[in-house]
Amino acid sequence: MFADYTSSELLAIFAMQGFAGLSLFSIFVLMALGLAIIFGQMGVINMAHGEFMILGAYMTYITSHIFADYLPSLYGSYFIFAMVFAFIAAGALGALVEWALIRRLYHRPLDTLLATWGLSLILQQCYRSIFGAREVGVTLPDWLMGSVPMSDMVDIPINGLFVMALTLTIAAAVYYLMYRSNWGGQVRAVVQNRPMAGAVGINTEKVDRMTFALGCGIAGVAGSAFTMIGSTGPTSGQLYIVDTFLVVVFGGASSLLGTIASAFTISQAQSTMEFFLSGSMAKVLTLLVVVGILMLRPQGLFALKIRR
Amino acid sequence: MFASNHFFKRRDLINYGLLAILLVVILPLSMDIFRLNLVGKYLSYAFVAMGLVLCWGYGGILSLGQGVFFGLGGYAMAMFLKLEASSPEATAIQSTPGIPDFMDWNQLTALPWFWEPFHSLTFTILAVLFVAPLFAYLIGVAMFKRRVGGVYFAIITQAVAAILTILIIGQQGFTGGVNGITDLRTLMGWDIRTDEAKYILYFVCVAVLFACLLLCHFVLKSKLGRLLVAIRDREDRVRFSGYDVSNFKIFVFCFAAMLSAIGGAMFTLQVGFMSPTLVGIVPSIEMVIFCALGGRLSIIGAVYGALIVNAAKTTMSEAFPELWLFAMGALFIGVVLAFPNGLAGLVESLRERFLTSRKAAAAAPAKQPEPEPDDADELDTNTRAVSQS
Repeated sequence: MFADYTSSELLAIFAMQGFAGLSLFSIFVLMALGLAIIFGQMGVINMAHGEFMILGAYMTYITSHIFADYLPSLYGSYFIFAMVFAFIAAGALGALVEWALIRRLYHRPLDTLLATWGLSLILQQCYRSIFGAREVGVTLPDWLMGSVPMSDMVDIPINGLFVMALTLTIAAAVYYLMYRSNWGGQVRAVVQNRPMAGAVGINTEKVDRMTFALGCGIAGVAGSAFTMIGSTGPTSGQLYIVDTFLVVVFGGASSLLGTIASAFTISQAQSTMEFFLSGSMAKVLTLLVVVGILMLRPQGLFALKIRR
Repeated sequence: MFASNHFFKRRDLINYGLLAILLVVILPLSMDIFRLNLVGKYLSYAFVAMGLVLCWGYGGILSLGQGVFFGLGGYAMAMFLKLEASSPEATAIQSTPGIPDFMDWNQLTALPWFWEPFHSLTFTILAVLFVAPLFAYLIGVAMFKRRVGGVYFAIITQAVAAILTILIIGQQGFTGGVNGITDLRTLMGWDIRTDEAKYILYFVCVAVLFACLLLCHFVLKSKLGRLLVAIRDREDRVRFSGYDVSNFKIFVFCFAAMLSAIGGAMFTLQVGFMSPTLVGIVPSIEMVIFCALGGRLSIIGAVYGALIVNAAKTTMSEAFPELWLFAMGALFIGVVLAFPNGLAGLVESLRERFLTSRKAAAAAPAKQPEPEPDDADELDTNTRAVSQS
């Protein structure tokens, strides 16, 4: 399959596809970070994670319209506000869902899966009733338009670069929060030994709720970033949910570093193969390889040793 | 436990009898053929739900990929029917006569090798019965031998469902793509589209359903059924007692796959097409709710669950399409939160309450009311299921 291309063409192809892969990587990381916190740390399967992401996307859509109508002078910076709104909306909904639904099901992970699937169906229909079945997109501010020419064959779009920078920032923030802050210490203590954490005075229920809300909030920001790359419809979240779960499981559920490494591997493999094979075959091959590796190594790439 | 070693208890006989009267007498007499055909379609999902009762309710293995096996059975049957419908005479206007029409549209000039054996009905029936369990065996060996279970197994089976759907849609020339295999006409020269044929197929479906119900009943009443419950509740203890736990899990997963595949074949025969929309993630997880609503511990409940959910789906999507997803979502949440043992659990607890109150009234006030010895073991199974899985 490489025979038809010269070496410089091949290089350009790999660079372009590598960059496309990095965009996919950003989305995967943003979605998987929230899921890694919820699934990896709390052991809760949140099938509605995609819908939290879409909530963030719709918040961005609304914010862009509000800014266009009432604050046109600030339109260039609406995106920053949109991300904050998306985080708050998704996080608040997450806290509500944890209180109403998840906390009753901590001992029945498979039932959580079914209940959150039900939640995702309800949210999808809500979006459809409110925003319509058609996909919506946002207008990017001027400074995010255009592209940076790298060579005569390779162009790098600016919005892609921005999303990538955003991903790195959020990943760093999550890392700081989980591994360097006092609160993160409490979360990890609850994960490793719940009764003992409770015994030393940590309010485990509150930690659970905040952790779930944080994971959902990050999904909201992911959705906000998603609007820069693609348009949003009521069922967009469902398209990504299986991929995201595979990313998290493949990386080793409780390791944030593993999640990032596996998101990188999967997205690069998929986008490089997409150029040479058809899109669907590339996806099938990637998923097959991931499932195959998971069958050989069920604990994922980076397994954390904890006592169960 | 030993007192109830008869194959059928009186209550089982009553339950099977009621279901038989409903399916064989009441529904055919009260419905026109269009509605009855729909019931037949729902019953083909009941096979999947029965498999899930064994696999999930008793074995504790939640598979979110049952649509894969349903699809494997359905596609095997559809390939046979499609080849019969694409005889060289019937397809004379194509540029390559004698191959299915969608292959001709996709510029294929010869029948792919894996379609060839489906000219034979014997091969097709064997394929329906054994391809899905074989596939399940491969997945089962890889997963259960490594002691992967629970949530991970659910996610991986879901990924398998996603892979198969993408593959079927992507390989349009070989599989009919997103439209699936449509326009099926005859089975060995017998037109399956007439009303008379639909009546016959409905009764065939009911007969096969009862055969499968009895088979499941047999499995559950045997020592194997007891072991499955033991594995679900305390896997380690069963392993320490010297049983190879993974083999039992593989068996029940394969058995559920075979039931799903039979359901898929019955679906194709009655509905007249097969498409990837019945294979993917969404239908697979919907099949779990059929089982959950009926009661994850009751094979008869699974049949009622499939009938009720699908009937509700048809009625609601005809009347208020936008409400259906709300209802479905509420059903998922409600079943999980409010009654994890489904309708069968609800009926059971009502019956218990009725019996104990009647006994308490009859017996001397000082005496503690005891449940019938007949039901003691089942009650135990039911109460434990809530805390587990």
